[in-house]
Amino acid sequence: MSEVIVITSGKGGVGKTTTTANLGVGLAMRGKKVVLIDTDTGLRNLDLLLGLERRIVYTLVDVIQKRATYEQALVRHKKYTNLFLLPTSQVADKTAINPEQMAELIAQMRNDFDYILIDCPAGIEQGFQTAIIGADWAIVVTMPEISAVRDADKIIGRLQAEHKEIKLIVNRIRPQMVKEGTMLDMTSIDDILSIECIGQVPDDEKVVDSANRGVPVVEWDSSQAGQAYRNIVGRMCGEKISFMEFPTEGFFTRLKHVFGH
Amino acid sequence: MLEALMKIFGKTDKSSQQIAHDRLKVVLIHDRANVSPEVMEHLKNDIIKVISNYMEIDQNEMEISLANDADSVALVANIPVHNMKHGSDKKH
Repeated sequence: MSEVIVITSGKGGVGKTTTTANLGVGLAMRGKKVVLIDTDTGLRNLDLLLGLERRIVYTLVDVIQKRATYEQALVRHKKYTNLFLLPTSQVADKTAINPEQMAELIAQMRNDFDYILIDCPAGIEQGFQTAIIGADWAIVVTMPEISAVRDADKIIGRLQAEHKEIKLIVNRIRPQMVKEGTMLDMTSIDDILSIECIGQVPDDEKVVDSANRGVPVVEWDSSQAGQAYRNIVGRMCGEKISFMEFPTEGFFTRLKHVFGH
Repeated sequence: MLEALMKIFGKTDKSSQQIAHDRLKVVLIHDRANVSPEVMEHLKNDIIKVISNYMEIDQNEMEISLANDADSVALVANIPVHNMKHGSDKKH
């Protein structure tokens, strides 16, 4: 029986797809059988982040419209053979799939995987409703920015109205800014959103580098963001893992910055 | 120079972190209640109308706001009363 989790945020660009790819690969690295469903029809990117963009034959829209079975549409990961992508169409739009059809598909897939992760599109329209309907619980991804936190709050309200359990991932934290008081800290975000936090991911250039390569950063031992994702995966599997301490610049480094070199 | 020094010691009067936190607290109360400032103004005027049937109130000093705790939103009104109206003053 699968655990079905939707990864959502409201605002675009906060890292939903990156989070989905990393958690999916992270779970697969632990031997779990995982399927990632991209519901961002028309703007698909999960295939790119996983390095699977050239292997797509059928899409979620084909499955919904009965032109293919979901098994036919699944793309198996090259390295982790227990990881699958169910890509969506890049030409159709979000009206191609309605929530009832999605719920039916999830029900059909439930027995075949340990985890089903659903990558939700930005926004609160039909695409959002379609993405969340079959999920047992939701991961809300936000960033320590005023607009991202506001949008997260809106999404949390919608999810609570649907009685979904919610956990929070705060992405792209810049520890130095937090320390200097120029970026929202975890205490503020907890105070405002009151949602259990399952992950704190630092801003890390390696995330961009890894996306370029189609290899999620969770596989990279040297990456701080990768470690943060591995920790989230551990927490999803029921392990107690405390949050990482991020290194920040000391007094003298800051002195150098202020006075130019 | 002063700014540079403040930067080194990480001191400013109110950090933008704190400003963001305070602004979010306020905006989310309204977002969550789905109430715009215009609606609040209408509500305030209607409350004044109704209460004025029963008592004289200080309209300038009265405050109406939404406050929230963990999972609920409350309408908080602070309405100074000058005098009670009695008998024939009370309209229905």
